[in-house]
Amino acid sequence: MTDQRDIGGPRQPLLQVRDLLKHFPLKGKGLPFASPRSAVRAVDGVNFDILKGETLGVVGESGCGKSTTARVLMQLINQDSGELVFDGETVGSRALPLRQFRRQTQMVFQDSYSSLNPRMTIEDSIAFAPTVHGLPSREAITRARDLLARVGLQPERFAGRYPHELSGGQRQRVNIARALALAPRLVILDEAVSALDKSVEAQVLNLLLDLKQEFGLTYLFISHDLNVVRFISDRVLVMYLGQVVEIGSSDQVFDQPRHPYTRALLKSMPSMDPLQRTMEAPLAGDPPNPINPPSGCRFHTRCAYVQPVCSQRAPVFATDDSGHGVACLRYEADTASLFSTAGEVSHA
Amino acid sequence: MSTLQATAATPVSALPLPAFKRSRGHWANVAARIVRNPLAMIAAVILLTLIGIAVFAPWIMPADPFATSMFTRLKPIGTPDHLFGTDELGRDLLSRLMLGGRLSLFMGITPVLTAFVIGSGIGILAGYAGGFTNTAIMRTIDVLYAFPSVLLAIALSGALGAGIVNALTSLTIVFIPQIARIAESVTTQVRRSDYVDAARASGASAFTIVRAHVLGNVLGPIFVYSTSLISVSMILASGLSFLGLGVKPPEPEWGLMLNTLRTAIYTQPWVAALPGAFIFITSISFNMLSDGLRSAMEVKQ
Amino acid sequence: MISYLIRRVLYALPIMLGVAFLCFMLVHIAPGDPLVAILPPDASVDLQKQLMELYGFNRSYPEQFFSWVWRAMHGDLGSSIATGRPVAQEVFKAVGNTFMIAALATLIGFFFGSLFGFVAGYFRNSWVDKIASFISVVGVSVPHYWLGMVLVIIFSSQLMWLPATGAGPDGSAAWIWDFEHVKYLIMPAVTMSFIPMGIIARTVRALVADILSQEFVIGLKARGLGEFGVFRHVVKNCAPTAMAVMGLQLGYLLGGSILIETVFSWPGTGFLLNQAIFQRDLPLLQGTILVLALFFVSLNLLVDILQTMFDPRIERA
Repeated sequence: MTDQRDIGGPRQPLLQVRDLLKHFPLKGKGLPFASPRSAVRAVDGVNFDILKGETLGVVGESGCGKSTTARVLMQLINQDSGELVFDGETVGSRALPLRQFRRQTQMVFQDSYSSLNPRMTIEDSIAFAPTVHGLPSREAITRARDLLARVGLQPERFAGRYPHELSGGQRQRVNIARALALAPRLVILDEAVSALDKSVEAQVLNLLLDLKQEFGLTYLFISHDLNVVRFISDRVLVMYLGQVVEIGSSDQVFDQPRHPYTRALLKSMPSMDPLQRTMEAPLAGDPPNPINPPSGCRFHTRCAYVQPVCSQRAPVFATDDSGHGVACLRYEADTASLFSTAGEVSHA
Repeated sequence: MSTLQATAATPVSALPLPAFKRSRGHWANVAARIVRNPLAMIAAVILLTLIGIAVFAPWIMPADPFATSMFTRLKPIGTPDHLFGTDELGRDLLSRLMLGGRLSLFMGITPVLTAFVIGSGIGILAGYAGGFTNTAIMRTIDVLYAFPSVLLAIALSGALGAGIVNALTSLTIVFIPQIARIAESVTTQVRRSDYVDAARASGASAFTIVRAHVLGNVLGPIFVYSTSLISVSMILASGLSFLGLGVKPPEPEWGLMLNTLRTAIYTQPWVAALPGAFIFITSISFNMLSDGLRSAMEVKQ
Repeated sequence: MISYLIRRVLYALPIMLGVAFLCFMLVHIAPGDPLVAILPPDASVDLQKQLMELYGFNRSYPEQFFSWVWRAMHGDLGSSIATGRPVAQEVFKAVGNTFMIAALATLIGFFFGSLFGFVAGYFRNSWVDKIASFISVVGVSVPHYWLGMVLVIIFSSQLMWLPATGAGPDGSAAWIWDFEHVKYLIMPAVTMSFIPMGIIARTVRALVADILSQEFVIGLKARGLGEFGVFRHVVKNCAPTAMAVMGLQLGYLLGGSILIETVFSWPGTGFLLNQAIFQRDLPLLQGTILVLALFFVSLNLLVDILQTMFDPRIERA
C-alpha cells in the first residue's frame, strides 16, 4: 500500500533527525542583566532515523529528554541547532513549509484530559484541525464521526459529549482520533498509554496496532514501560541525559543489550518469575542532573563497567552492519581492550 | 491508498447531518447550579427589581424629582405624598431615589464593562504572546496597579475635573489593570495546556487558536472576576459624587444625594441615610450574585 | 535568596519612577491654568509671568519633571500654592494623622476578620459559617462613607456618646493619648475597619478551609494530634498570608482614606487631598499623591520581602 504522498520511496527514512540540540537557559541566579550561567541540556546532540512504516520505541528515565525531543520533532519547541528531514525534504524549507509538515506529523499526549479543550465537544475537537486546513465544517464533522467509530467510540453516543464525561481510556481514543484527523503519516505517541489502567492500556495498544496497519502509519512510541515498548516496537532507541546511547531492533536491544545503561534498565524490570526474583538494584546512584552532566561518558558515574578512560573521553555513537548502534567505549576499537571481560564493577 | 485519505477525497452527500445529542454545555451547567443557590437568587431578584425601577423610573415616579419647595423641606419618612420624605430642597426623595438609581447603576456598571473589554484584550494579548511583549505590557500595567484604587480614582477625577464622563473615564482606568492582570494570568495558564499545543501542532494560526480555544476558556473566569468589581465601582462612583467629583447637582444620584443630605443627619437622620442604604443593598446584591457565580463555576467535574 | 531580595528591590525602582511620572502627568493633564487659584482676576501680565517663573510652570515638561523628582529626592516637594507652606511638611503631618486611624482600623479589621474567617473555615458550611461569611460580605460591600454617616447618626446625634467630627477638642495640633482625644479616633477607625475585616475574613476562611481539607491534616489526627494541636498547625500555615493581606490593607487604607476623612473631618492625607483638588493646588496635589503612592509601593515591597523570608513554600529562582 503506497501512500500518494510518498516522495522518496520505501528506503528513504520518513524522518531524519540530525544533531538536534535544545538547551533551556536557567534564569541567572544573580542580577537581572547578567548572562545566564547555566542551562538544562535537555537534548544534547541527538541523531536517528525513523523508517517508513515502522514503530520506533524510545525509552529512558524521566529527565532524559524524550519528551523534549518529541516536542522538537513536532516543532512545538524550536531547536537551538540541528535539522529535521522529512521524506527527504528539510522541514521549514520552501519545499516543505511548516504548515505542510504539520499535516503529516501529529502527536498524542500523555495527559488525556488536558489535551482536550474542556469547552469543546468531542466531535468539534476532532474536527478542528481539518477545518484549519480548509475542510468545510460539515465534512470535517463527518470525518470526525467516522474516526470516532474507527477508534471504537459510537458517534451517536459520544460525538456530542464533553471531555469530562469520558473515562481516561475513552479520552485517549479521542486523542488518537484527533491525531488521525489530518491523515498524517507519522504519529508521535508521547507516553500515550502510561496514564491508563493496564486493561485499558492493552485495548488502546491493540487499537494503535490496528490503525497503523489500516492507515499505513509510522509511529514514534515514547514510553518508560519496557514491556509495552517491546510489545509494540520494531526498533528501539535508548536515551540517557539528552543523548542517544543505543539503537537497534527490538530483539537486538532487549536480548543483546550493549550499552550498560540498557542492561541496567532491563535488569530493573521486575521479574514475573517467582523462582528468579530480581535481587539487587542494578543502577546505583541518582540520575545526575542535566545541567552539569558528568565529563567524558555521561553514564560513567553509574556504570557497572566503568574504567578511568570513561571520565576522560566521550564515546562516539557507531552502528554496525546489523543496524545495532551504541555509544560506549567498550565497543570502540581503540579502547575496547581496556575493559576486562570478567564483567562488572561494583559501585557499592 | 489509505481509507483515511479516501474519506478526505470523497465529496459528502447533500443530506443534512444527523444532529447527535449534545451534552449540556458549560454555561448551561453553571446556570443550573446557580439557580439552586438561594442567596444568589435572592440577590438576583433584588437586582432585577432595582434595575427595573431605575429603567422605568420616569414613568413610575410619584412626583417630579426636580420640583423644589421651601415648605416641604426635610419631611420624614411616611409623610403622605412623600413616602420616603423630602430632601433639603423639598424634593420628593422616593422619586429622586428611583431616578437616581439610573445614574448610580450606570456609573457602577459601565466602567467595569468597558474595563472588561479593554482589560481582557490587553491581558489576553500579553498572556498569549508571552516573552518580551508580555513583560512590556504587564510592567506598564504594574505602574497603574501600584496605586491604591481609591487614590487613583480620586487623583484622576481630581485632575480631569468633575462630571460624569470624567468620572467614568477615571474609574475605567482604575479597573483596567486589575482585569488585565487576571486576564493575563488565566491566558498564560491556558496557553501552557496540551490542547493549545495540539492546536498549534495542527498548524492553526495564533488568531484561530485564540478564537477557538483560548477565549472560551478564559472569558469565563475574567467575567466572574469582573462582576465582583461592580460593587466596588458603584461605591467608588457614588463616592466620587459624594466628594463633588462626579455627578453635578441637580441630577439625582445616590452618592451626590448622600452628600447634600449630610447636614440633615441631625434633623432627619433616616431620610439622610436612605440613599446610602440603596447603595449598600445594590452593592451587597452584586457581591452575592458574583460569589454565587464563582461557586457555580468552581465545581470540579 | 539575597539575590532574589536585591532583584525585588531593584525591580521596584522603575515602578517608583513610573509612579512619579504618572503623578506628574496626572496633575499636568488637569485643564485650566495652574495659577488660577491664587491670581486675582485682574493680575497684570508681568505678575503672571513672575509667578509662573517662581513655580516653574513656564519651563518644558521634561525639565519640570526632572527638577521636581530631583528636589523630591532631597525632601523638597515645593510649596503649597494656597497656604505657601512647604508641601512636605503638610503631607507628613497629615500622614501621621491618617496613620493613626488606618493602623487602628487595620488592627481591628485583622482581629475581627481573622476571628470570623477562622470560625467560618473551621465550621465550614454550617450555619456559623453562613453567618460569619455574611458578615464578611457586608464588610466588603458597605459604602464606608455611608457607614460613617450612620455611625455619626447613632453615636453622635442620637446617643451623644462620641463627637461627630474633628481630631480633638483643640484640633490635631495638640494630641494627647487620653480619652478626651481618643474618642475622636474611635468612629473613623471603626468605620474604616469594615473593609479590611471583610477582606481578611474571606481570605482566612478560604485558607482555613483549604488547609483543613488537605489530607495531611487527616494524617496528623491519625497520629493522635489533638484539636488544639491541629488548631496551632492551621494558625501557623495561615499566618503568613493573612499578615501579608493585612499589610496590603494598611496600604490601601492609607491611600484611600479620603472618603472617611471627609465624613469625619479628620485632618489626614485624604482631607489634604480634598483641599488640594478643590483649590487646584497643584504642588500640594502632586506631593500628596506621590507620597501616598510611594508609601503603597514600599509597603507592597516590604510585605513581599517578609513573605519570602517567612514562607518557605514560595518558590524563588
